[in-house]
Amino acid sequence: MTTTTEALAATATLLRFATAGSVDDGKSTLVGRLLHDSKSVLTDQLEAVERASASRGQDGPDLALLTDGLRAEREQGITIDVAYRYFATPRRRFILADTPGHVQYTRNMVTGASTAELTVILVDARNGVVEQTRRHAAIAALLRVPHVVLAVNKMDLVGYREPVFAAIAEEFTAYATELGIPEVTAIPISALAGDNVVEPSARMDWYGGPTVLEHLETVPVSHDLAHCHARLPVQYVIRPQSAEHPDYRGYAGQIAAGSFRVGEQVTVLPSGRTTTISGIDLLGEPVDVAWTTQSVTLLLADDIDVSRGDLIVPTKDAPPTTQDVEATVCHVADAALTVGHRVLLKHGTRTVKAIVKDIPSRLTLDDLSLHPHPGLLAANDIGRVKIRTAEPLPVDAYADSRRTGSFILIDPADGTTLTAGMVGESFAAPEPVKDAADDDGWDF
Amino acid sequence: MTTLAEVQGGTDSPYALSHLDALESEAVHIFREVAGEFENPVILFSGGKDSIVMLHLALKAFAPAAVPFSLLHVDTGHNFPEVLEYRDRAVERHGLRLHVASVQDYIDRGVLKERPDGTRNPLQTLPLTEKIRSERFDAVFGGGRRDEEKARAKERVFSLRDEFSQWDPRRQRPELWNLYNGRHAPGEHVRVFPLSNWTELDVWQYIAREGIALPRIYFAHEREVFQRAGMWLTAGDWGGPREDEPVVRRLVRYRTVGDMSCTGAVDSDATTLDAVIAEIAASRLTERGATRADDKLSEAAMEDRKREGYF
Repeated sequence: MTTTTEALAATATLLRFATAGSVDDGKSTLVGRLLHDSKSVLTDQLEAVERASASRGQDGPDLALLTDGLRAEREQGITIDVAYRYFATPRRRFILADTPGHVQYTRNMVTGASTAELTVILVDARNGVVEQTRRHAAIAALLRVPHVVLAVNKMDLVGYREPVFAAIAEEFTAYATELGIPEVTAIPISALAGDNVVEPSARMDWYGGPTVLEHLETVPVSHDLAHCHARLPVQYVIRPQSAEHPDYRGYAGQIAAGSFRVGEQVTVLPSGRTTTISGIDLLGEPVDVAWTTQSVTLLLADDIDVSRGDLIVPTKDAPPTTQDVEATVCHVADAALTVGHRVLLKHGTRTVKAIVKDIPSRLTLDDLSLHPHPGLLAANDIGRVKIRTAEPLPVDAYADSRRTGSFILIDPADGTTLTAGMVGESFAAPEPVKDAADDDGWDF
Repeated sequence: MTTLAEVQGGTDSPYALSHLDALESEAVHIFREVAGEFENPVILFSGGKDSIVMLHLALKAFAPAAVPFSLLHVDTGHNFPEVLEYRDRAVERHGLRLHVASVQDYIDRGVLKERPDGTRNPLQTLPLTEKIRSERFDAVFGGGRRDEEKARAKERVFSLRDEFSQWDPRRQRPELWNLYNGRHAPGEHVRVFPLSNWTELDVWQYIAREGIALPRIYFAHEREVFQRAGMWLTAGDWGGPREDEPVVRRLVRYRTVGDMSCTGAVDSDATTLDAVIAEIAASRLTERGATRADDKLSEAAMEDRKREGYF
């Protein structure tokens, strides 16, 4: 009973995390085990799974049916699309982005990782680090997911032997370090038998670290505001024009990074006009300081022109504005992205016209090598692009700010989301690719 | 007034938001994105707890200005009277405009036929989609949560619907960071789910924290009910009970509020918010599993209805 009553703490923090793993690494079993052992699978859901499993002639309940929500997924027995799961322990609430492992669904892992604070990468202890493991690590590094967990699964099938685990952990950590991943926590598990997922394993007494759940509960989520550039993308101008508030004019938005306080001098970009913050409303309540990711309304001392799409920043810490954006992108649409493509670019709350000027390189995820001037990026490709925008944009490097350093490209004709972009350098371009001025064509 | 040094938001760091604050902030961000990018949004409002929380969040998102959206109620004709009263009071109090799409009208005109099982839930889709088309709504807020059902777990926050209001789960736009893509062609619209990441427990904790009033049927009360398909249904003009279904008086409450013909009550003595929260935390049944007949029809019942334009 303690679990449920303590889990009620309305002040518990929220951890968003994603799982990644190849098709048969046991990802569904791990997710099923986490949900089941944290008592997040309820009787009627289990009964439904048991019924469905039995009608398919399976011996026991197939936990994958808990998570595969679409008819097509159940028919094919694979996960096609990201699904979000929710569970809680006394210490934390969790939002799990359960992402597919297939190569052709790389974009879905990008989707899940874009909001995650932590990624669990699964490997099969019998196979060790494989191509797909490297791909998942590269995506976690690219998206700058702050914490990476390597879950070495199926330890029961290798006799729970420490050297097997140690060799895999060492190989993976070396590769992750090369990618710039700051920290890897390796955990030997058996999702099927329940070793080290929620309960510590009695069969691996050589392992002294946390279980998967324990780690998820205690991993520090960084909110180091001191080193963050404060940023507020203006979403909406609030003007009641009522008898009670005849002159109220507030700039509403969700603080993307850092903190703002009343009295601070701020600049509105891209116009560059400067004023001070005269008040901050936190959903109707005045406060004198607010921080990421609160949704607030800023009141400014001077009556200057501010509208949706503008970015409010501290005057002493303003990002440069530019019409030439260089970024690493993951192409998420079926149709290719080509040089010369006219697109819309959404950055924060601003959507502008843009043109793809160049695609200097495409990344081969398996060995992190660069294919120069590929001419196009197909679905699931990751590459470098140069984009010219119709209006100047205040962009940060993605390395400094996941929110103001990211953007999406949209097809102006049908609204399709084409590409996920991360501004600035990344491991994907250890050496800048030379820009050949005469390279105006490309080969397919 | 708070200062940075005084604030202790959680266990991680002084600046970590509590999970309720994080969910609230995210939902407000979603409301403001829609207000900024769409011409004619509407909030689906049933008078149930999720839509009541949605309205509360919308009020906070635009304070001290009015909510820039109207409300739309899909009226099955089998509503709980307490819920209709609540709906009308909310509309009155906040000066909102209410649109009603009436299933009964469609039945009276012969466009829709009563089903043999008496449930009107699937009949809501046509009045809803026709109202969206005739009023030219381009964004429609729904209170759906991903924790409700496994097809809903796959739903995007911004979910594009074609000119027939259809959902195609295999052709959803990837949703990256918090950069929601609301582009749509004329005739298409976007369903928006600001409570996507909330669980039933989150909703109740938020209701308790914010002191939000709810229709009385969410709390334990004595009611005349009869049993059908393992659920306690309220006896009434809508067509229940049949002769072989004896009516009894029981102490019950509702976990969800929908059409009377397919929303079941649960046995409960929870008369306060705290008691309701404790009851849900201890329950071994999901909200829909406990109280919704329509989702038991088949393994893909929700997916199939959503494909056709259901919310």
